[in-house]
Amino acid sequence: MSVEALRPELLTDVLGRARARGATEADGFLIEEQHFNASVRLGQVDTVKHSREQRLSLRVFAGKASAAASTSDLSRASLERVVDEATALARVTAEDPHAGLPDPAELITAVPDLELEETASGEEPTPEAKVELARRAEAAALESDPRIGNSEGAEYWDRRARYVYATSHGFARGYATTAFGLSVSPVASAGGEMQRDYWYSAVRHRAALEEPAAIGRTAARRALRRLGGRKVKTTEVPIVFDPDTAASLVRSIAGAASGPGLYRRASFLLDRLGKRIAAPSVTIVDDGLIPRALGSRPFDGEGLATRSTVLVGEGVLESYLLDSYSGRKLGLRSTHHASRDGAGVGVSTTNLILRPGPTPPEDLIRSVKSGLYVTELIGFGVNGVTGDYSRGAVGLWIENGELTYPVEEVTVAGNLLEMFGAIEGIGNDLVMRDRTVSPTLLVGRMVVAGN
Amino acid sequence: MDDLSSTSPEHFFSDRFNVTPALMERLLGGELARRVDDADIYLEYRVNEELVLEENVVKKASRHVSQGAGVRAQAETRTGYAHTDEISLSNLEEAARQARAIADRAAGAPGVLAVPGRGRAHDLYALAEPPIVTALTRKLELLRKIDAAARAADPRIGQVIASLSSEEIVILIATASGWTIGDVRPLTRLNVTVIAEENGKREIGSWGGGGRVPFDYFLEAERWTRFATEATRQAVLKLRAVEAPAGTMTVVLGPGWPGILLHEAIGHGLEGDFNRKGVSAFAGRLGQRVASELVTVVDDGTIPNRRGSLNVDDEGTPTGRTVLIENGVLTGYMQDRLNARLMKMAPTGNGRRESYAHPPMPRMTNTFMLAGQDDPQEIIRSVPNGLYAVAFGGGQVDITSGRFVFSASEAYLIEGGRVTAPVKGATLIGNGPEALRRVSRVGHDLALDEGVGTCGKDGQSVPVGVGLPTIRLDGMTVGGTQV
Repeated sequence: MSVEALRPELLTDVLGRARARGATEADGFLIEEQHFNASVRLGQVDTVKHSREQRLSLRVFAGKASAAASTSDLSRASLERVVDEATALARVTAEDPHAGLPDPAELITAVPDLELEETASGEEPTPEAKVELARRAEAAALESDPRIGNSEGAEYWDRRARYVYATSHGFARGYATTAFGLSVSPVASAGGEMQRDYWYSAVRHRAALEEPAAIGRTAARRALRRLGGRKVKTTEVPIVFDPDTAASLVRSIAGAASGPGLYRRASFLLDRLGKRIAAPSVTIVDDGLIPRALGSRPFDGEGLATRSTVLVGEGVLESYLLDSYSGRKLGLRSTHHASRDGAGVGVSTTNLILRPGPTPPEDLIRSVKSGLYVTELIGFGVNGVTGDYSRGAVGLWIENGELTYPVEEVTVAGNLLEMFGAIEGIGNDLVMRDRTVSPTLLVGRMVVAGN
Repeated sequence: MDDLSSTSPEHFFSDRFNVTPALMERLLGGELARRVDDADIYLEYRVNEELVLEENVVKKASRHVSQGAGVRAQAETRTGYAHTDEISLSNLEEAARQARAIADRAAGAPGVLAVPGRGRAHDLYALAEPPIVTALTRKLELLRKIDAAARAADPRIGQVIASLSSEEIVILIATASGWTIGDVRPLTRLNVTVIAEENGKREIGSWGGGGRVPFDYFLEAERWTRFATEATRQAVLKLRAVEAPAGTMTVVLGPGWPGILLHEAIGHGLEGDFNRKGVSAFAGRLGQRVASELVTVVDDGTIPNRRGSLNVDDEGTPTGRTVLIENGVLTGYMQDRLNARLMKMAPTGNGRRESYAHPPMPRMTNTFMLAGQDDPQEIIRSVPNGLYAVAFGGGQVDITSGRFVFSASEAYLIEGGRVTAPVKGATLIGNGPEALRRVSRVGHDLALDEGVGTCGKDGQSVPVGVGLPTIRLDGMTVGGTQV
C-alpha cells in the first residue's frame, strides 16, 4: 500500500496560474488517498473494493470576491480549465468584506508529528489476511450464541491519505495519515423477531485494532440484548445515555457552536458565549493534538496550527468553533477549526471530548428508580436553531436501579439546552474510540413517547 | 462551459479519454468475463455547480469536476470492485485485474453469464438547454430576486439563504453480456431557507424543488416565488408553534413529500439485497398482506423529468414501474442484477450507485402510493383529535427490526375535526410491516414531491422522489414533549 509521492508542485503551479489569471490571492488543498475494503458475510467473501482517489480543490479571490472549484482530473488541461473557471466565477460574485485568506504570519511554521501515519513497520498484510480479520470477527459473533443465526456481515477497511495545503503567498505544508477499521453487524432472532446491532474498532495504527473476536462478541451481545423489545407507556423519566449515544449529544452542541450557523443566526447557542449552557459538571474540549487519535490534524483547512480548545468549561460556553471567515463575520478570531472539502471551507471538530466524571456507569443506572437506558438513537429530529430534540430510541428499561427488559419504538424528546442543564451524573467510563467521545450521561428528565 | 449533452456518451469517452466501447468489451472479454458470473465497466464524468446567496451576497460559487471508472466482477455472492479516477487503459486493466482476483471462482467450472436481455433505454430528460450550461448571470439574478421576495413576504425574516445546484453526469456502461449503453443526466435543485426572528425567538423555514429539468423550470408559473413564500410562511408559522403532543394518536399525512413515510417504512425493507440476506423485516413475505387493502405502492423510475427517474439504472438496465404493494399485498422487491440473479428474479432497473467510486445496490427511484377515493377535507373532519403533518425533514429506518422514524417540519393539531395550532417538530415512529396496516383513509389527491429528496444507504447518496395522497393512519406514536 503506497501512495505516490506528494505533488505540492502541482498545487503551487495551479495557484501561480490563478494569480496570472487575475486572482489577487488563492489557496488550495490536494488530497490523495487509497482505500481497501473487504466484507465477509456468513464466512464467505462478499465484496472487496480497491480504490484510489485524488482531488484538488481551489479557492480564488478577486479582491474581496471569491469562488471555489475542484477536480479529480489532475491532467494539465483539466487543471487549467479549473483555474480559468474559478477565476471567471470569482469575477461574477459580489464583494464580501469578510472574505480572504488568514494573515500569512499566522500560518503554521513547524508541522508537529502526531503519529497519524503508520510508516512501514513490517510487511503489508495480504488481502487474504485482511479478509481473515473480518471473517474472525464475524465468526466470533455467530459462535457466541445460537440465536445469532444471520449477519449483515463484517468489514475490514484501511485507508492511506496525504494532504497538502498551499497558498499563493508561497506557503506549502503537508501531512499523511493512515486508518484501519473492523466492524461486525450480526442479526439475532427468536420467535420470529429479528434484531441487528453492530460494533467496531477504528484506529490510526494497525496494531491498535481491537481483537476481532472481541469486536464480534460485543456486537453479538448488543444484538441479543435487543430481543423481546417492547414499547413503554408515554411518561417523563430520567434518561441514561450510553457512551455512544451521549457522544451524539456532544456533536449536536458542537454543531450549534460552529461559525456558519452562528453568523446566520441559526443556532440555539447564539449570544451565549460566556454564559452557562450546561450543568457545572460538564466540560467539553476539542483537542486536535492527541497523538494517534482519529480526529487529530496538525493544521486546519487554512493552514492554522491545531490546538486544544475548551468549548464548554464547567458548564459555561467558553468558545465557538470558527474558521477565518466566520470569525471575521462575528468579530472574533479563527479558532483554527477550518475544514476543507470539495465544496470549499467549512468548520469541523477534531477530537471532541466530554470529560469524564467520578461515577461508575453502574452507579448512574442504580440511582434511577424508573427510567430509560438509551443504546441507540435514530432519525433527524434535532433542530439546531431552537435546540428542540426528538429522536427514535432503543434501549433497556431501568426499574429500581436495575436494567430490565429491552425497549424499542419509542422517542425521547426535550430541548438540548434543557437536557445539558439537567445532566445529573457523568460516568467515569470515557474511552477514546472515535473522533467524538463521551462517558455515560444521566439526564434528569425527558419525555419518552410510546403507548 | 462544456455542453456535455451535445455529444453521445460513446463519443464523449472516446474523444476525451480514448476509451471506446470496443476497448471496454475487450477488457471485459480478456480480463473479466472468463470464470465470473457477471462483470461490468462503468465510466462517469460529472460536472457540478453550486451557487449560494446569503445576505444578498454570493457566499459560494463553485464548480466541481469528477471523473472515473469502476470495474466490477461477480461470482456467486462475491463482488470484486475497483475504481480509478484516471480513465486510462492501463488503469482500467489494473482495476479489472483487482476486481477479478476477488471474484474469481475457486472451482474450475466456468461461470454461466446471467444475461438479462437488453431493454430499450427511456428518453425521459433530453433538454434543449441543460441547467449546467445556463449563464451564471441569469442564475444569480434569480437568487437575488428570491432573496428580495422572501424578505418582502414578512418583516420578521432576518436571514435568507437561496441556493441553486446544477449537475450533469455522462455515463457509459459496458456489460459482460457484450453491450454498452450510455446516459446523459441533467439535475438541478433550487432551495430557499429563511430564519424568522421575533422577540429573541428564532425559527427556520425551508422549501425547494427541481428535477431533471432546465433552469427555466423555476421561472415557469413563478415557481420560484412560491418556494420563497412557502419557506417564509413555514418559519413565521413556527414562531407561534406549541409543544408537540407525546403518545399514540391518529395522524393525517398531507399529500406529496410526506410520502417519505413509504420510503422509510417499507421502501428500504423491499430492496433485494436485504431480502436475499434475510435481514429485512419483509423477508419471505411476498404474497402476504402487509398493509391495509386501501394501499397500493409503486416504485417508478420512468416518470419524465423527475428527480428520481433514470433512462437506465447504473448497471444499464432500463428503469421500470414495480408494484411493491397491491391492495395491501406484498407483490415485489426492487432488484439490481446481483440480487436478481441470486434470488432468481428479474432485475427491475433499481441498481444504482452514488458514483464510479461505489458498487451498485438496489435503491429506490420515485416511490409513491396510488390515489384512493376520499376527499382530503373529509379525511381531516373524520378525526376527533390527532396530528396533521404536511412537511417533513429526514427519516431513518432499521431494516431488520422494521422500526422507522421521521421528523415533521410542519404539523398541526387536529381538534374536533378541524386543523388548529401549529406544533413544534414532532417525530413519528413506527414499525414498517405494521404501519401501513393502520391506513384507514386514502385521499384522491396524489401528489409527487417537489424534487428535493436524497436517500442515503451504506454511505451512498442518490437522488430520489416520493409521493402520497392525503392518508389517515390510526394509532401512530408521536414523539413530542407534551405528555
